[in-house]
Amino acid sequence: MISRSCWRRILSERGRGTSVHALLGILALVGPALGLAPRARAQEPEYFVTYSHDMEEPGNLEVEFHGDAASPKYGNPFGSATVEFEYGLKGWWTTEFYLSGQATGNDSAVFNGFRWENRFRPLLREHFINPVLYAEYENLNEADRSLLEITGHDGVQNYVVPNGIGRAITERSLETKLILGSNFKGWNLSENFIAEKDLNESEPWEFGYAIGVSRPLALAASPNPCTFCRENFAAGLELYGGLGDANGFGWKGTSQYLGPIVAFSIPHGPTVAFSPNFGLNDNSLKVLYRVKVSYEFQQFFRSVKDVLR
Amino acid sequence: MRAQNRNAGVRLAAGLLALVACMAAADGSWLKHVPAKDRARVNPYAGQADAIAAGAKLFEDHCSPCHGADALGRGKRPSLRSERVQQATDGEIAWLLKNGNLAKGMPSWSAIPEPSRWQVIAYLKSLGENEAAPLASAHSTSSQPSTPDRPDNDKSK
Repeated sequence: MISRSCWRRILSERGRGTSVHALLGILALVGPALGLAPRARAQEPEYFVTYSHDMEEPGNLEVEFHGDAASPKYGNPFGSATVEFEYGLKGWWTTEFYLSGQATGNDSAVFNGFRWENRFRPLLREHFINPVLYAEYENLNEADRSLLEITGHDGVQNYVVPNGIGRAITERSLETKLILGSNFKGWNLSENFIAEKDLNESEPWEFGYAIGVSRPLALAASPNPCTFCRENFAAGLELYGGLGDANGFGWKGTSQYLGPIVAFSIPHGPTVAFSPNFGLNDNSLKVLYRVKVSYEFQQFFRSVKDVLR
Repeated sequence: MRAQNRNAGVRLAAGLLALVACMAAADGSWLKHVPAKDRARVNPYAGQADAIAAGAKLFEDHCSPCHGADALGRGKRPSLRSERVQQATDGEIAWLLKNGNLAKGMPSWSAIPEPSRWQVIAYLKSLGENEAAPLASAHSTSSQPSTPDRPDNDKSK
């Protein structure tokens, strides 16, 4: 058994500085450019786990900070941060890059790795149900606590592993989703079916799901400039969890969460959303608090080009 | 020499393709896809000062980065004060906002609730075809008196 202090020593000696420098480097490159583009609120529903069929507008860059925090029953409290860069390549194609890190109380802070996903909308018109195909490559170590999706038999036992052990195991995986979304009378209803395959090991496909429903508090905009008008607020609900794997499909041994969402879009500013997620069984964290802040930089590269001209 | 000619040919073909794509993006071909029942839809907020003011806000948020604050278009993005757009029925524009023209860069705005989309259309129609006319801003139009026959906006909230 390796002591906690030993884990700390291992951590301080191996690569933590590199990860921090990488993050700072990316921020230094991207940060100044972000100040150049006009900002606006995003139009899509503010889910934390569920994807809707709404794509990023072509040329727009959305930068999002996504944080979560929880205190596992037999482990140390942790907080995780993910920075997401979402870009609309085409009306039917959105790409997104994620960087994740976490800090665990009485343990350490570690960089977890990256995700890169692409979403494609095969049907170019709006239908009652709109499918979107999603493919993601993940390169994350097992200390990851971002909980951006739950698949297979993920559960509370994953969050008590010391960071020193978790960060030494990198999992490369392919995640696919079928996203179904509907917008009807101001409501958005989205369903995601997830299938994930570990590319390192011969593990079976793992499955999961997410369902979200949301609605702005007002459907028509008010004529006057205002910050706290009802149309700037949205409320919703998310339900998500694992569905086992190819060797044992179903709810058994999975974790399940339900959480209300409140979102506030500040005019010409960021959108802020908060959601307490409640674990629905013993295999889940009791409560997981999620928060996110997103900015949308409209016509990002064109704005940069205009400034450089 | 032959390689140079080939490169020039490839560049010319690429240029022509880009030109065709550019023209196609603004050719209004979407109009012929609008179903008759959508084409005939009427904007419940047409001509209402409050709706135009609200539409101006929404336009500034969502449309102006591509189509310009003056709605005259930017680069390949078409003018919304063109004859084609201004002559289109409310229902045709509503159909375009809902469905987008994804293959040609116009996103779907179905996530914006329908009453808000009608407000944007009310604003667009208020611009008219006169390209020199000053644009209504959210602030200035909000001070205009409401038309007496406007329906209750709250019913759609």
